[in-house]
Amino acid sequence: MSVGLLLVAWELYANYSGIKPTILPAPSRVFEQATLNREALIDNAVPTIRATLIGFACSLGAAFALSMLVDFFQPLRRALFPVFIVSQTLPLVAIAPLVVLWFGFGLTPKIMLVALVTFFPMLVALVQGYEATEVEIGQMLRAMGAGRWRVFVLARLPSALPYFFAGLRISITYAVVGAIFAEYAGAAKGLGIYMLNAKNNFRPDLVLAAVGVSAALTLILFGLTALLQRLAMPWERIGRQPAGKGPGR
Amino acid sequence: MSRLELRHVRKAFGGLDVLADISLSVGAGEFVSILGPSGAGKSTLFQLLTGAEHGEGEMLFDGMPLDDHGRHFAFMPQRDALMPWRRILDNTTLGLEVQGVRRQVARARVVPLLAEFGLAGFERHFPAQLSGGMRQRAALLRTVVQERDMLLLDEPFGALDALTRAAMQRWLEQMWRHHRWTALLITHDVREAVFLSDRIYVLSARPARVLREITVPLPRPRDPTGAAAQQAGALEAEILDILLNPQPSKGHDHD
Ligand SMILES: Nc1ncnc2c1ncn2[C@@H]1O[C@H](COP(=O)(O)OP(=O)(O)OP(=O)(O)O)[C@@H](O)[C@H]1O
Ligand SMILES: [Mg+2]
Repeated sequence: MSVGLLLVAWELYANYSGIKPTILPAPSRVFEQATLNREALIDNAVPTIRATLIGFACSLGAAFALSMLVDFFQPLRRALFPVFIVSQTLPLVAIAPLVVLWFGFGLTPKIMLVALVTFFPMLVALVQGYEATEVEIGQMLRAMGAGRWRVFVLARLPSALPYFFAGLRISITYAVVGAIFAEYAGAAKGLGIYMLNAKNNFRPDLVLAAVGVSAALTLILFGLTALLQRLAMPWERIGRQPAGKGPGR
Repeated sequence: MSRLELRHVRKAFGGLDVLADISLSVGAGEFVSILGPSGAGKSTLFQLLTGAEHGEGEMLFDGMPLDDHGRHFAFMPQRDALMPWRRILDNTTLGLEVQGVRRQVARARVVPLLAEFGLAGFERHFPAQLSGGMRQRAALLRTVVQERDMLLLDEPFGALDALTRAAMQRWLEQMWRHHRWTALLITHDVREAVFLSDRIYVLSARPARVLREITVPLPRPRDPTGAAAQQAGALEAEILDILLNPQPSKGHDHD
């Protein structure tokens, strides 16, 4: 709705203010050009999607393994977290060209950058999630005779799920941005390099078309995580409904 | 013959003395309550028994020192500690699952008890879909199916409204008469302690020591309306007086 209003205002401004389409094209023109160039756009979106998904999967795996390690050996946390925090403050603008310089124009540097920007949020989400486990549940499990591993699997892991999905939703948007940034710094194909080329050819309409594609991509991934959460945490959804459906007593 | 016996148990957290001197015993098939003000250290005592914390003094079970290996207790924590992500059936079988009992077998043990615990028809529900009283009964079911030597109940009805609590107390008294569990109950509800217990240990405020050991002479089944109700009322008044004026400790030394 608000997006629609914005587009209408933009369309009117671009058509009636006398601004040149090479500066600010109307959305209708962007859409038209996007349709005309859809093959090129799709062709360039595929590597971006691939880099996003592979990079994100790598970072998820690493974050999960490390979160467990940190949960079992608390001292590690104090030792490692400063390093990770520093890794988050590195400016992407400076790092992206360096990584490309070191690892070439292929998939590797993109995966690395996506992993770099998403790893820490996921790690923090997981570690915080484990800590959110109700103290009483842990105590009760130990009194039942459960060891640390059982407590982790039965209580700490499920307790972390809401945090995990909150982290997932944030990181997935970072992931797309990270991939595009990496391509911007140098790539054979990808939405990032497509935007760069379009800009250099004075085609803001094509830049915006690529932006539209990346926005759609982000939205789809975001929606997928929300869907995944609904499937993985049925009690969240059902729990909010009153218990009226159950048989009476 | 007492099953659980504590002799001069003490516990401090850092510099904070929580348990000053606790001696008590619980006999086989006996329902014993620990009654004390909030913050006295009642839950801490259960932490010592379940091995979550370590203190000083002697803790014996059937005459043998308690260690971390002998699992004598089924413990119900102060909050119900139901897992929101597990359905009621899977919450109640949790203890058996941890013991390594196969799921089918565990369920077969729990299912016949669901009706008695007022949970029939709700086994597929999540805890968030249950009322407070039902959650407590589910937590209690999870505790008793473990078939340990003794129940440790930490304020099982503390979070309930007065009406539900009264109903739950009657229900538990009735359940206890059927099953004759050996049970140690923590509460700060004087009426609850008198209504449910064979004996009551009254604790002081922190650092906790035993102010008085009281045997409840009321006949069972306990009837909150009958002839014994007056006797119960007098006992409640006496205990309240001990709790509110703890200094002139008349009945000290009960070893
Ligand atoms: N792990 C701990 N570390 C430090 N202090 C603790 C710890 N556990 C409990 N305490 C302290 O011990 C005291 C007694 O706590 P405890 O939970 O045993 O009280 P309680 O009698 O169960 O109270 P309530 O009736 O309100 O549940 C409190 O002052 C609390 O702050
Ligand atoms: Mg307590």
